[in-house]
Amino acid sequence: MSGKTLYDKLWDAHLVKQRDDGSALIYIDRQLLHEVTSPQAFEGLRLANRKPWRVDANLATTDHNVPTTGRERGVDGIEDPVSKIQVLTLGSNCEEFGIVEYGMTDKRQGIVHVIGPEQGATLPGMTIVCGDSHTSTHGAFGALAHGIGTSEVEHVLATQCLVQKKSKNMKVEVNGTLNPGVTAKDVILAIIGKIGTAGGTGYAIEFAGSAIRSLSMEGRMTVCNMTIEAGARAGMVAVDDTTIEYVRGRPLAPKGDQWEQAVQAWKTLQSDADAVFDKVVTLDAASIQPQVSWGTSPEMVTNVGGRVPDPAKEADPIKREGIERALKYMGLKPNTPITEIRLDRVFIGSCTNARIEDLREAAAVVKGKTVASSLKQAMVVPGSGLVKAQAEAEGLDKIFLAAGLEWREPGCSMCLAMNADKLGDGEHCASTSNRNFEGRQGFGGRTHLVNPAMAAAAAIHGHFVDIAAADTAAV
Amino acid sequence: MRAFTQHQGLVAPLDRSNVDTDMIIPKQFLKSIKRTGFGPNLFDELRYLDEGQPGRDNSQRPLNPDFVLNQPRYQGASVLLARSNFGCGSSREHAPWALEDFGFRVIIAPSFADIFYNNSFKNGLLPLVLDEKIVDQLFQRVEANPGYQLTVDLEQQVVLTPEGDSFPFEVDNFRRHCLLNGLDDIGVTLEDADNISAFEAKRRQDAPWLFEPLS
Ligand code: SF4
Repeated sequence: MSGKTLYDKLWDAHLVKQRDDGSALIYIDRQLLHEVTSPQAFEGLRLANRKPWRVDANLATTDHNVPTTGRERGVDGIEDPVSKIQVLTLGSNCEEFGIVEYGMTDKRQGIVHVIGPEQGATLPGMTIVCGDSHTSTHGAFGALAHGIGTSEVEHVLATQCLVQKKSKNMKVEVNGTLNPGVTAKDVILAIIGKIGTAGGTGYAIEFAGSAIRSLSMEGRMTVCNMTIEAGARAGMVAVDDTTIEYVRGRPLAPKGDQWEQAVQAWKTLQSDADAVFDKVVTLDAASIQPQVSWGTSPEMVTNVGGRVPDPAKEADPIKREGIERALKYMGLKPNTPITEIRLDRVFIGSCTNARIEDLREAAAVVKGKTVASSLKQAMVVPGSGLVKAQAEAEGLDKIFLAAGLEWREPGCSMCLAMNADKLGDGEHCASTSNRNFEGRQGFGGRTHLVNPAMAAAAAIHGHFVDIAAADTAAV
Repeated sequence: MRAFTQHQGLVAPLDRSNVDTDMIIPKQFLKSIKRTGFGPNLFDELRYLDEGQPGRDNSQRPLNPDFVLNQPRYQGASVLLARSNFGCGSSREHAPWALEDFGFRVIIAPSFADIFYNNSFKNGLLPLVLDEKIVDQLFQRVEANPGYQLTVDLEQQVVLTPEGDSFPFEVDNFRRHCLLNGLDDIGVTLEDADNISAFEAKRRQDAPWLFEPLS
């Protein structure tokens, strides 16, 4: 018999019951909650007169709706009354059911996928769910983590289980050494560009290979974060020393004897050498260039040195129409060099790229330089209160401010523009977030997905630049 | 949950692939703490020419005449014919809530995004996968024949066309069972409460660090 994949191991370790009809009950170790996808779940519990199965498995924070200014005013700082009700509702639900919440004025507050790992609420070997598709982020820890809908949030609250059907196994192997200036973000964008936004549908993806192993935990989180953009609900990376060192000493990480015991268990969280995957995709790290998305789907990406595609050259009529529609929305002409796309705003933030390492990379690029006068705005939104504090301790805030970027309070912000931070109609934005869908960052807004250093360089130049070349370019 | 056994209804064709959940229901409407009322803002950015806001009177807004659901012949449609990777993007259940609230009971596409697919079943909305060639054919027929209706029989797992075709489709037994009977699947899971407790007790022993109180 062949060995098990990491996914098989995680699945087997959480299998409560295999049912005859092919579905299974899977035990959930951790549920993360936020204000947008939880109110109807709590309401459902109340209507059915149910209690949470295990209160301590849940951790809540408010991130999607919160303003990125005026944090000292707490909930009163939310201008939009509808947003305010939602944030208050999370607070009252958590209080009613006894769930720990990092509220708006808690220094641990932040984007749900940033705070879980930061606190050690995300641990290797766990099953982790959240009413948010980017829950795949937590798979970076050798955990089985994926997004769920609100009915399932309620299901997990009430039963600590999910009804699941096992996915197929896919391995995405990236071997070799990444070129200077090429980051985890470029790796995952290149993977999505290769397999497409539906390429991973029905699979759990394990990211492997020497280039993945060489990534920091921040980088692995960036890769796993965007697994959902490749169509797979869950992405994961095997546990190694990098994982264990990151977890060590986190506030909610195991301590003392339990730590030793946990590390022993975590060390088994790799695919067996003879494990069989249903599908294997390989990429050569050296072939990956910094990526920029030009369209309205994350698979619509190309190298920074490339050009906007020409639909006339696409043979498949459905694809051709997709490109035409995307170019119309994006206001781009076929064959335009990527570096000639004029930008209006720059957004550095989101659960993809708002951890400390991302901010360091961006700060290194803008240090001693000035944001292009053609830009309306360039903003940096740290992923959590603790990331913000760390960045300030390192003086990164001063670097950003001196260069003319705005330094904001933590939250999702312009990643999805549910708060006041948004693009205007027709504006182009270099964004370190994960989705370039129509209207995602504001009605009529045009998003270009890039890595943090690329976004920072774009802020300085007012257009995209190949960052390897940017060092030598005159500003 | 509303049970689903058989449904016959007018078909509306949405001829684009990768329809994402931001398109189905834009984020500003996710601020609601209710499960209902999303129908008027389904496909908001495609359907109207201006930017929608929660609480606005949608009857006063300029409609996009080119958008399929605004065309008179598709008024009252309850079956949405779509292209591949329908429902990609976020996990927001507001997407199936909006489709259901608008009046759709069935969505037919060559493929769906996983989370959306799953969420639909929880809301009495049947996402149904047919082969790309059949979907192509249905697009042609819908466009050529005003008033084109399809019948979907979940018990028999077939789509019946007015031309007399019967296209079989696959669906998981568990999901089919819940949908046919309008079951509350939390109730079904809680029938296994003893199994869950036993599993949990063992897990607590094997991995006690997972059971430390949060603070
Ligand atoms: S930062 Fe963006 S992608 Fe991440 S959880 Fe927030 S809204 Fe979702």
